[in-house]
Amino acid sequence: MGLSLELAQISKAYNGQVILRDCSWVFETGLSHVLMGPNGTGKSTLLRICALLEAPDRGRVNYLADGRPLPLDLDLKRRITLLLPGVGVFNTSVFNNVAYGLKIRGINRKEIQAKVDATLEAVGLVEKKRQRALDLSTGQSKRLGLARAMVLEPEVIFLDEPTASIDQANTEIIEDIIMNLKAEKKATIIMVTHDPAQAERLGDRLLLIKDGKLWPG
Amino acid sequence: MDTILQGFSSAFKLITALDPELLKIIWLSLQVSAAALLLALILGLPLGALLALKRLPLRGLILSVINTGMGLPPVVVGLFVYLLLSRSGPLGFMELLYTPGAMIIAQLILSFPIVTSLSHTAIVNVNPIIRQAAQVLGANPLQEALTVIREARYGIMTGGIAALGRVTAEVGAVIMVGGNIAGYTRVMTTTIALETDKGNFDLAIALGIILLGLSLMINVAFRTLQKMGRTGSGVILWD
Ligand SMILES: Nc1ncnc2c1ncn2[C@@H]1O[C@H](COP(=O)(O)OP(=O)(O)OP(=O)(O)O)[C@@H](O)[C@H]1O
Ligand SMILES: [Mg+2]
Repeated sequence: MGLSLELAQISKAYNGQVILRDCSWVFETGLSHVLMGPNGTGKSTLLRICALLEAPDRGRVNYLADGRPLPLDLDLKRRITLLLPGVGVFNTSVFNNVAYGLKIRGINRKEIQAKVDATLEAVGLVEKKRQRALDLSTGQSKRLGLARAMVLEPEVIFLDEPTASIDQANTEIIEDIIMNLKAEKKATIIMVTHDPAQAERLGDRLLLIKDGKLWPG
Repeated sequence: MDTILQGFSSAFKLITALDPELLKIIWLSLQVSAAALLLALILGLPLGALLALKRLPLRGLILSVINTGMGLPPVVVGLFVYLLLSRSGPLGFMELLYTPGAMIIAQLILSFPIVTSLSHTAIVNVNPIIRQAAQVLGANPLQEALTVIREARYGIMTGGIAALGRVTAEVGAVIMVGGNIAGYTRVMTTTIALETDKGNFDLAIALGIILLGLSLMINVAFRTLQKMGRTGSGVILWD
C-alpha cells in the first residue's frame, strides 16, 4: 500500500495574521485533489506545509504507510515533491536540472541518462536538453519543473498552479502529464488552480479553502 | 624627458628579451598572490557561505568586522604580520619573516575579507526559491547549501578576482614582511618601489607595464564575470 497523507488541525499565522486555522483533511491515496480559493487565502502556504518545506505553528502533517505514521525525515521527503509556482530553475543546462534529484540520490550515471532522456521526451523538451535552462520560456520552464519532479517518481506530488500563464496547447500537454502521473505512476496528486474548468477536468476531489479552513467543493 | 624615453626603450628590451630577472620577479609575484588567493578562498568561501546560510550568533558583528577588513591599510597589515612573525613574536619560532611565506600571510589577510564578504553577498542574493527547489527535490542540508553556493558562482569568482587585484597591486605590507630581498622576496610592486628609489628606471618601467597589463586583464575578467552573473549568459554549466 502506498503513502497516504492526513492533516490534523494545522494552523499557521504570518506576522500575527492567521492564514490556516485547524485545517484537517484526509487525502485519498492515488486520487487527484484540486484545491481552489481566492488569492491570498493560503493555498500555497498549505502546499508548502504539506510538502514539509515549512512547519505548521500547530497541528501535524501525517504521512502514513500501512496505517502507521512515518517520521518526517529525508527518506520520506524523497518520496514526495512539490512543483513551486515559480519553479526555481537552476542556472545550468536543462539536462542537469532534470538530473538534479537523481544525482543527489546517488543514482548512477547510466540510469540518470536514461531516465532524464525519457522524461524530457515526455514533456517535449528533448531538443532543449543541452541548453541553458534559464533561457526557456515560462511555459517551457513549467514543463521543466514538472520533468524535474516526475523523474523522481514521487508517490505524492503537489502542484502549485502548474498551468498559470501557460497557453492552451501547453496547458493540454501539462494536463496530460498530470493525468498520466496518476494513471500510470499511481501518484497521489494535490494541485492548486484558479481555473474551474481545469479543476473539473483533473480533479477526482475538489477542495475549497475559506476562512483558513478546507471545505469539500 | 630623455631618461623617460630611454627608460621605456630599455624596458621594452627587457620585456621582449624575456629577461631572466624580470621573469623571476613576475613568477614569484604570481606564485605569492595565487597562494594567498587560494588560501583566502579556502577559508573565506566557507565562512561567507556559513554567514549567508546559517543564523549564526554574532553574525552582524562578524560581518561588520569583515567589511572593515576590506579596507584595512596594507601598512597596518604589514605591521601586524611583522609583529606576529618577528623573533620575539608569538609565531617567531616559525622563522617566516623575510620569506615568501610571510608575504603570503600578509596578502592572505588582505584578501580574506574581500573573498568572505563578496561570497557572502553573492550567496545571500541567490533567490530563496533555489533553496526551496533543492529541498523539494530531496536535497539534504549539505546538498541544499552546495546548490545555493553553486548558483552564486559568478559572484564568488568576482570576489576572488577583486581580491587578486588588491594583492597584486599592493606594496606596503609585502615590503615590510618580505624585506624585498633580491632573488628571494622581490615581487613586482616592491621592485618598482626600490628601483625607482635608486633611479634605475628600466626594470621599474618594465614591471610597471606588466603590472598594468595584469591589472587590465583582472579588470576585464571582473567585468565579464559580473556581466555573466547579471545576464546569466555564462557558459559555465555545472555538471
Ligand atoms: N513567508 C511569508 N511571510 C509572510 N507572509 C506570508 C508568507 N507566505 C505567505 N504569506 C501570506 O500568507 C497569505 C497566504 O499566502 P499564500 O501564498 O499561501 O496564498 P495563495 O492562496 O497561494 O494565493 P494565490 O492564489 O495568490 O497564489 C498571504 O496573505 C501572504 O501574504
Ligand atoms: Mg499561491
